[in-house]
This record gives sequence, C-alpha cells and structure tokens, in this order.
Amino acid sequence: MTWLFDNIDYVRELFVRHAWISVVSTLIGFVVSLPIGWFAHRHPRIRGISVALVGILYTIPSLAVFILLPGILGTGILSVVNVIVALSTYAAAVMVRSTVDAFGSVSPAVLDAATSAGFSTRQRVFRVELPLAGPVLLAGLRVVSVSTVSMLSVASLIGVANLGSLFTDGFRRDFLDEIVVGIVAIVVLAIALDALLVLAGRLLMPWSRVQVGASR
Amino acid sequence: MSVISETVDWLTDSTNWSGDDGIPHRLLEHLGYTAETIAIAAVIAIPLGLWIGHTGRFRSVAVAVTGALRALPTLGLLTLLALYLGIGLTAPLIALVVLAIPPLLAGAYAGVEAVDPQTVDAARSMGFTEWQILTRVEIPLGLAIIVGGVRSAVLQVVATVAVAAFVGPGGLGRYLIDGQAVSDYPQMAGGSVLVVVLALALDAVFAALQAFAAKDRPAARPVGV
Repeated sequence: MTWLFDNIDYVRELFVRHAWISVVSTLIGFVVSLPIGWFAHRHPRIRGISVALVGILYTIPSLAVFILLPGILGTGILSVVNVIVALSTYAAAVMVRSTVDAFGSVSPAVLDAATSAGFSTRQRVFRVELPLAGPVLLAGLRVVSVSTVSMLSVASLIGVANLGSLFTDGFRRDFLDEIVVGIVAIVVLAIALDALLVLAGRLLMPWSRVQVGASR
Repeated sequence: MSVISETVDWLTDSTNWSGDDGIPHRLLEHLGYTAETIAIAAVIAIPLGLWIGHTGRFRSVAVAVTGALRALPTLGLLTLLALYLGIGLTAPLIALVVLAIPPLLAGAYAGVEAVDPQTVDAARSMGFTEWQILTRVEIPLGLAIIVGGVRSAVLQVVATVAVAAFVGPGGLGRYLIDGQAVSDYPQMAGGSVLVVVLALALDAVFAALQAFAAKDRPAARPVGV
C-alpha cells in the first residue's frame, strides 16, 4: 500500500491514459460498426459474409496485431495509434455482430407502421430503428468496453504505456504490490466505464427499464 | 517494404527451423500448452456447465462470474501468479485454465439451454431418466454450441500462450518477447505471423467440427463468448 501512496501520481497518469485509449477505441469501433451492421442486417447475403469476416478478425491474437500493425501502417512500434487502430478493429468486430442482432430485434411491424405514418427512410432509421435497437446495442457495447480495457493491458508488452505497464514493471522488479495495484485499477476502470454505459442507457432510453420491468 | 522482406527472410531462414528454439519445436510447445490447458479446463467447466444448463440452478451466478472474469486482465493474472508461485509452468497453466473456463462453461450451459423445452418434456414423458435426457437429448442437440464454446476457449488460450511467454514458458510467444527484448522487429513480426496462422488454422478446424456437430442445424456460438 505504501508503494501506491508513494507513486499515486504515476498510477493516476497511467489510469487516465488507459481510460482515454479504451474509451476512444470503443467509441470508434461502435461508430464504425453501426453502418456496417445496419447494412448487413438489410442484406442477408452480406450479413453472412460480414459476420464471418469479423469472426475471423476476432480470431487473430491481440499481441500479434499490436506487433504487426506498426509494420503495416508504417507507424513506430511505440505509437499509440497502432494500439487504437487494433483495439477499435476488435471492438468493431464484436459490435458488428451485436448491431446485426440489434437491428434484427426491431419488430418489422413497427417499421411498417412508421413507413405508413409517412416517415422517410432516414427518419425511420434515426427515430425508430436506432432507438428500438438501443438496448441490444448497449448490451454489446458493455461487453466490448470491458474486453477493450482488459486487452489494452497486453500492449504494455511492446512498450506502450498503460496500466499494464504496472504488470511488466512489477514482474521485472519482482514486486507483487505493483501488480496488485494494476489489477485493481483495471477492474475499477472496467466497472466505472460499465456503470457509465448503464447510466447513459437509462438517460437515453428511459423506456427500456420500464419495458424490462413489465416483461418480467 | 524492407520490414516485410526482412520478416519473410526471418521466416524462411533455415536456421530458424531447427533446434530447441526452432519454429517446429516452438509450435509443438504452443500446441502442447494449449491442449493441456483446454483438457484441464474442460474437465472442470463442461460437467459444471451441463449441470447448470440441465437444472437451471446457479445460472445467474455463472453469468456473473464469467462476466467478471472477462474484466480480469490476462497479463496481470499471469505476472501475479508467476511471482507468487515462481518461474515454471505451474503459474502460467493456472492462469490459462482460469481464462479458458468462462467460454467453456458458457458454451456448455448455453448448449443445453438452447434445446427446445418441449423436446425435453417429451423425452421425460416417455420415461427417460434425467441422465438419459442429458446424454441422449440435451448434449446431442446442444453439441454445436458446446463445441462453439470449446472453439472460443481454444482461440483465447492460443492468444494467451503467446502473452504467457513474458513470464517464462516456451511456445511461439518466445519470438515476440525475445525479439522485443533485443529490438529485433523481423523476429517479432515473423513470430506474430506464425501465431496468427496457428489461430486461423485452429479456428478453421473447430469451425468444421462445429458444422459436423450441427449437421443440418445452423452453426451457432454462445452469446457473449
């Protein structure tokens, strides 16, 4: 514990860095997956191909991606850009599947009703489909957020600083406390981001809680 | 281009294909750790998952535990156990087993749960014992999802064995970690290519097994795995 108090500034710096890299990567992955998932949902033939493709993407081990991306992108191996590209790709790979499921969960009858009420395609997508797909999207986003926070720590092996640096450093110095602080900090960050997502869901989709309550 | 050609040179250099730190030996080590981990984790997780799926008991506990384990950072668990138990194979093996359990468990209970309850009731009304229902109805019908759980677990373990090289053991991850230590990028990239190829090959094998298990049913992976 004394180590934590002596190094509180260092841990705080890593925590903030870990948080912003995770949040940015998750958001990029989410935003990229929305149009792909919507398009795949509308076209069953593309759906099969895209779900298979993102499945293959997700199969590729993260450490290998962290190492190979700098060679492909031409960035330095210590550049945070590699890590963000890699984590966003993983996030998108998982989210495309969730997005297809989410749009699939919207009742076709509701969409027909919106069309007959005079909604244009764009209005229908943004004012009917997207909000109704929200709860399933949120469920996918929560899974992605947690795994992104955890996966980022692996990037410390190639020297990109984040809370995982406490693991590599603690191991090299044979110092258990530092590793424990790292694990606790990562779990706390994952729980905090998850709580934020749940809160955002309640604020943006106040009806979903009522619905869940009613259906039980 | 030079980075790519140097990586190709490393991969095709005959000296990298022989001896104890040669690619064939490292590949076998990698597969060996993976098989050992999956075997131990499966013995623990699959019977437990089948029981949870069949009885419906402790389902919410299983969901909560598998969700919580997802937040646990792999590298943190590996380094923690390695310092605690000392250098050797025991620490990485325990960490790998802990990480392999959630997908196996989720696959097993999701597979059993996915079976139509009416089919289960029909079997029960025909006088099947609970054991017969499990082994003759639920496991055969849920097999594709159970195998899907094994597939997820295998992929996760293959990826994590590469990370585990940091705390000592062999496997293909040695090239990634040792290359990094001496700033030998072609070795790191060459090793990474091998890890990727291994993961894709194993995924293809399990996709085929899953399709075989599903026969005429569409292949499915458990939700959230």
